[in-house]
Amino acid sequence: MEFVSIIILALLVNNVVLAQFLGICPFLGVSQKVSTSVGMGAAVVFVMALANLVTYLIQYYILVPLHIEFMQTITFIFIIAFLVQVVEIILKKAAPSLYMALGIYLPLITTNCAVLGIAILAVQKNYNLIESVVYASAIAAGFTLAMILMAGIREQMENTGYPSGMKGFPISLIIAGLLSLAFMGFAGLV
Amino acid sequence: MSQIKYFTNGLFKENPTLVLVLGTCPTLAVTTSAINGIGMVAATTFVLVFSNLLIAALKNLIPNKVRIAAFIVIIATFVTIVDLVMKAFTPDLYATLGIFIPLIVVNCIILGRAEAFAQKSSIMPAILDGLGMGIGFTLAITLMGSIRELLGNGSIFDIKLLAEDANTILIFILPPGAFITYGYLIAMMNRMKKRYNI
Repeated sequence: MEFVSIIILALLVNNVVLAQFLGICPFLGVSQKVSTSVGMGAAVVFVMALANLVTYLIQYYILVPLHIEFMQTITFIFIIAFLVQVVEIILKKAAPSLYMALGIYLPLITTNCAVLGIAILAVQKNYNLIESVVYASAIAAGFTLAMILMAGIREQMENTGYPSGMKGFPISLIIAGLLSLAFMGFAGLV
Repeated sequence: MSQIKYFTNGLFKENPTLVLVLGTCPTLAVTTSAINGIGMVAATTFVLVFSNLLIAALKNLIPNKVRIAAFIVIIATFVTIVDLVMKAFTPDLYATLGIFIPLIVVNCIILGRAEAFAQKSSIMPAILDGLGMGIGFTLAITLMGSIRELLGNGSIFDIKLLAEDANTILIFILPPGAFITYGYLIAMMNRMKKRYNI
């Protein structure tokens, strides 16, 4: 039951993009097409779950025993940058077809503040190892869901007329606002 | 006097929030009221100025291939300083801003300025650029916070401007209001840039 509530909270109620404002840059930047959104989303799910697994181990087996919790920010950002590189190299060798599909999105993930944010939040919420990984996967799934919805709307918008001054960021932000309004309907679900 | 242009650049022409659209996450998250944003921009400006300073000073020592990693260490160091100082001296503000203080590390304004400006310039322009960008960020965040607070709560900087029983548009201090206000502000900025040819 605990896992179900973690998943529903992370996926719908506290959607990472639309309610917590993390990972806005890739959300606005890569959501032009549904197909690219799916690719980016898959890469984020993969890296986020892995990052939370590794940062959990680092936090409780290195930082806490040595009493250097204040190094958390520096260590975590390095772990994430390092992980992204490693994942990229391994995928290139081991699964070239997957690499072709995800390749261009992987480097972008280092700058996705949601990855670092969720790793720190999971530590703050005192989740255990499994909860932390489940939480990260659900958050990343929520990110993917928001991106796919956004891309679907933006694809339709191309055939619609709207004032030229609203082109680009302004219209995307207003669509995001309306999506966020819709997601507020999930409040109180759990 | 000629160096003043490095400072004014960030205020309007290349305003990080409204023109370059960088650092969107904290912009959306901390602008529920005008006063809330001030703590955030103070922290960001501090990190921006000092990381620009240090990167400009060390630019000949940092090998080109590992420059991004080196920049991140420098930025993360200053963020850790801010994090610890705020935790000790302003615990209330620290609790309100929460996760967004450590996330200054991945704020694209800072890494963006390091990469685009500080690593190529000397120390003084880098400091001025950092200050200008920080103040541009401050202006944008305060403006957005004021609009949201006025529409959502009927006050600016906690000073009530509307009658107690006036109907306010609550949605503006909730997440959707952040996106919508930001969208319209960027649209207005685009329009002004076109109109006055800046």
